[in-house]
Order: sequence, then structure tokens, then C-alpha cells
Amino acid sequence: MTTPQPPPQPLVIAGRTFRSRLLTGTGKFPSPEAMRAALEASGTEIVTVALRRADLSGEHDPFADILTHIDPARYLLLPNTSGAMNAAEAVRLARLAASAGLPKWIKLEIHPDPRHLLPDPIETLLAAEQLVKEGFIVLPYINADPVLAKRLQDVGTAAVMPLAAPIGTNRGLETRGQLEIIIEQATVPVVIDAGLGAPSHAAAALEMGADAVLVNTAIAIASDPAAMAHAFRLAVDAGRIAYETGLASAAPVGAKASPTSPLTGFLRPEPALR
Amino acid sequence: MTFSETLHQGLPQSAVLRRFAELVAPCDDAALEALAAQAAATTRRHFGKTMRLFAPLYVSNECVNICNYCGFSRNNPIFRTTLTLDQVEAEARHLAAEGFRAILLVAGEHPKFVSNTYLADCTRRLRAFVPSVSIEVAPMETEEYRHIVDAGADGVTVFQETYDPVAYAPLHPSGPKRDFAWRLDCPERAYAAGFRRIGIGALLGLAPWRTEAVRLAAHVEHLLKHCWKASLAVSFPRLRPAASGFNPQFPLADRDLVQLVCALRVAFPEIGLTLSTREPAHLRDGLAGLGITMMSAGARTEPGGYTGAGREALHRTERGKSVPLAAAEVGTAEATVQFEIGDPRPHSVVVARLRQLGLDPIWKDWDAAINA
Repeated sequence: MTTPQPPPQPLVIAGRTFRSRLLTGTGKFPSPEAMRAALEASGTEIVTVALRRADLSGEHDPFADILTHIDPARYLLLPNTSGAMNAAEAVRLARLAASAGLPKWIKLEIHPDPRHLLPDPIETLLAAEQLVKEGFIVLPYINADPVLAKRLQDVGTAAVMPLAAPIGTNRGLETRGQLEIIIEQATVPVVIDAGLGAPSHAAAALEMGADAVLVNTAIAIASDPAAMAHAFRLAVDAGRIAYETGLASAAPVGAKASPTSPLTGFLRPEPALR
Repeated sequence: MTFSETLHQGLPQSAVLRRFAELVAPCDDAALEALAAQAAATTRRHFGKTMRLFAPLYVSNECVNICNYCGFSRNNPIFRTTLTLDQVEAEARHLAAEGFRAILLVAGEHPKFVSNTYLADCTRRLRAFVPSVSIEVAPMETEEYRHIVDAGADGVTVFQETYDPVAYAPLHPSGPKRDFAWRLDCPERAYAAGFRRIGIGALLGLAPWRTEAVRLAAHVEHLLKHCWKASLAVSFPRLRPAASGFNPQFPLADRDLVQLVCALRVAFPEIGLTLSTREPAHLRDGLAGLGITMMSAGARTEPGGYTGAGREALHRTERGKSVPLAAAEVGTAEATVQFEIGDPRPHSVVVARLRQLGLDPIWKDWDAAINA
């Protein structure tokens, strides 16, 4: 007989509680229907959407209707500033989204290089500072830079979202060493964003103590996005439970027997020298 | 150093270009299939199961250049017109009603009819209801481009026609376009002016395609390094029948086009690849799954093609001189197309087909607030 386990601890960002630690994106899906099914299967509660693909005019443009496929009562809509090349553009987009009635939460993305979509640390910090002052709940997408992560926490961001690998590469936790430092030093939730290509990557991120992950490409381009979303959901739960339980330490690769001259031999001096 | 200066010193050497040259080398069907599979997977990873849509809007077919292959060439006795701002807006509203949220303004080269001020005014008109406005017009100076950027345009497309200066010269015997280097450095001037989307390409059929492809790839590599903030896209304009009656000396077979698209995708995973309605439907449908990320649909290649606008100003030119229409032509003649369309399907049919192919058509991928 198995004992019922308590559910994993909830994720709390800016005072709001979420059961799911899997955030999802809305790009790259083969159809709005496939996207809806994947969101459902993922169990996600936070969904990010690129403002450049949305209609912010309030006129419900049927050709820019991505927002109409996401139920705001069910998901927290997290607008992102993808397309912005600098702080001024990102701040403008965020204000526009807020005035269009979207939540005052913003996933701050500033990538001047459209090729690898790597975030600009300087412009991101400038925009974050401004948006926090204006009352936005700011979740900045950043490279896995521990100092930048601290600087952003200092100006009041609600989370940090360091990348595992460049967007859309599916290469997994390439920045693991830096991510470990960011997690160790964090005073806000760490959401690992970008580059997670397999459920095992997501599980590993949670196991190492990340508070959540954001996954888009790996789900959207799967042959069955809903099935892959479900797989990520299970992986995130598994990783979190493992983290809360505490993983047993692994033996180092190639561990050998004790050396003949132990390093602590000085604690046991030769009798003749006493 | 600009790309024309670089190319003048010889083709650059790099690992990417060596790899690309291997990818476009003659290959058997099995190797092409393997290349296509790699290209398809790469495209899906970086762009997802989506296809961005745009529409060309020809604002003028006046031209001072003689280009042997082009329907708009100065000496072709064709029906010409330049749309007024109201007419440009009417054409754009027609396209917007169809769903297009990205419009490419296209024109021949004629400083009198198609000035940078005119293009800036067109852009301003359109930006009120079209988030993304790009231009495909004659090359300009950086300062001239800046007016159009300030008006809200975000993209510029300019095809080098051929990257071989020896082949280029006899094809462009007269007009400002004779200057090979001036045209070749146009994307860099446009970038300096603030354009954030740059489109390039070679007019396929003017020179042996494999040589052309390697120079095109060198141009891509140069722009990725020097214009790093711009979103780069390559188009594949293959010569089509036109009023010029020009027969390309080096026609590109369908198989070659497929190899070129796939090779560019594999060598440059993140760049946009654009395919117009020059190509027939079956080829567009096939290439949509392999590497293409942006398409036009239901396109017309004459000014006023969508609404019939501009007919009242229609005239014929004879060796560059404007000649009024004959009585029988008044009210019946239409502006001449730049080239014949290979995929005449209405936009709605193309969209339905893309969905059948498992691709989500994306109409809006830009917001005017970003570059307000």
C-alpha cells in the first residue's frame, strides 16, 4: 500500500500562487486548435504571447486573433515584448499592452539580434527598472548571467528568466553551471526559459532547484503537441518532487580507493615523532 | 569594408561558405532527399509550423533603366501608371480586408514619379492600418532611406539580379542601375538608415546558379556580421516570362531551386526565406514544408492590380517618352505586369492549402508600436 504524497509546493510569483511550474508559449503551433489542446494538456497556468502577433487596438482583428484563443479566466496571460530592440521599444509595447487591458505582467524580451534572439543585458536592465517603477510585474528574459540576475532583482523584478540555450535550439541545459549560481543566489523565482528540448531537460532543471520552466518550441513543433505538453507536465512535476525530496548524491565518475598517503595523515603522526 | 569592396578582392573564405559550396554541389536524388529532410527539420525548429504572409503592392511601373529581362524596362512600349496616394491607400485597404498585415511597396526606378518623399508619404498612409510596411524600389542614399524609415517602414528588399559583375554589365546597358557596386551595397546603406528587415536575392537565370549561390551566401554571411540587428531574408526570384521577351541564358530547373532553398536553410538556419507567386502552386506547396518561411499570395505585379486604380493616368511609353493611349485603348487598357504570375490561386485558397499542409498562416507578425 502506498502512502498518499503531499502535492509539490506551489509556485509563487509576485504574491500570486500557481500550482503548475510549467509556463508555455504560443508561437510556432500548426494551428490555434493545436495550441489550445497543448495548453490544456500541459496544465499550465501562465501563457506568454508575443504582442507583435496580437491586436492591441481593441478592434478584435480577426487576422491577429491569437488572444481570442486563450481563456484569460483560465490562464494568466503574460504579454512579451519580443521584437523590441531596445528599452524604449519594450517599454512602449508594455504600456500599450496594459492600456489595451492586458494584465500588467510583462515578460521582458529585448533581443536586438534577430538571428539567435539573445537578450541585450543593458537594455533589459534599463527597461526593467522603468517598468517596475510604473507598477509592472516584470519577468525579464536574460542570458544565464548571475550578476545581471542580481542586478535585476535589485531593481525589483518579480522573477528572472535565464536561458538554458538559445531560443528554439532544443539543446537543453547548456548553461547549467551559471544557472546553478543564479538559483543559489536568487531572492525571486528562477524560471528557466528557452532551449529546453525534451521533458528530461525540464525535469533536470526542476531537480536542480529552478522554480519553473518555460517551454514553447519543443511542444509546438512536436508531431502531437498535446501529447508532448503532457509529457513536459509530468516531467516538471517529477523534477519538482525530486527536488523537494532531495536527490541522493551520485558517486563521482572514476572514484578510486583511498591513496596510500592520505591527505589527513597529519592527524595521525608517526609514533616516533611524538 | 562594404560587401562590394570585399567581393572585389575575391570571394571570402569561411567554414560556412565551404560547407555551403558542398551543399549546392551536384548531387544524386538520395543526397537531395537527405538535404531536404535536414532543411525541413531545421525550419520547423526555428520557425515552427507557421508561414508568414505578405502582399506586394505595385505603386508604379515607370522606369528609367534598361534591364534586358524586365517587363518594366524603359524602352518596352507598355502601359504605365503611378498611383496617387489615395489609390495606394485603396489598394492597401483591399489587401488589408483580405487579411494582409505586411505590405511590400514595389516600384520601378523613376526619380520623378517615385521619389523618396512619395514613398514616405505612401508609408505614412499605410501605417495607419498596416503594421508592417516594406519597400522594394530603386537603391537610395542612407539619408534618403531615413525619411522612409522615419515614416514607419521597417523593411527593404533589393535584389542584386546577378552577383557576377561581368554578366551584370550587358544586362543593364542604360540607367542608374548600371552601377553594380552601388546596388550591391544598398542593403548596408538601408541598415545604416534604420531598416530592421533586409531582403536580398539573385534573379535566378542570369548566371550559372551554383556560382551565383555561393556569392549570395557570401553576401548573407557579410550582412549577418555587419548588419547584425537586421532580420535577414533571401528571396528566390526565378526569371519568368515578361514583356521584355527575354530568355534566360542559364535557366534554373525546379530541382536546382529546391537544392538552393534547402542548402541556404541548412547553412543559415535562422534567416528568413521568401517565395513569391512567381513559382507555380505545386512547387510553392512543396517548398513551404522545406525551408520557406514567408510567402506572398494572390499577388498582382502591376500598379492598380487589386482594385483597378490608376487607369485614368495610364499611358504608353515609346523609348522613354510618354504617349497618350489610342482611343480604343482608353477605358479598356490596364497597366502592364512586371512578370506573369506562376501561382494564380486566390489568397484564400493558398491559406487553406497551407492549413492542409499543417502550417498556420501568420498575417500579423509586427506591431506598429515597436517602431513608432
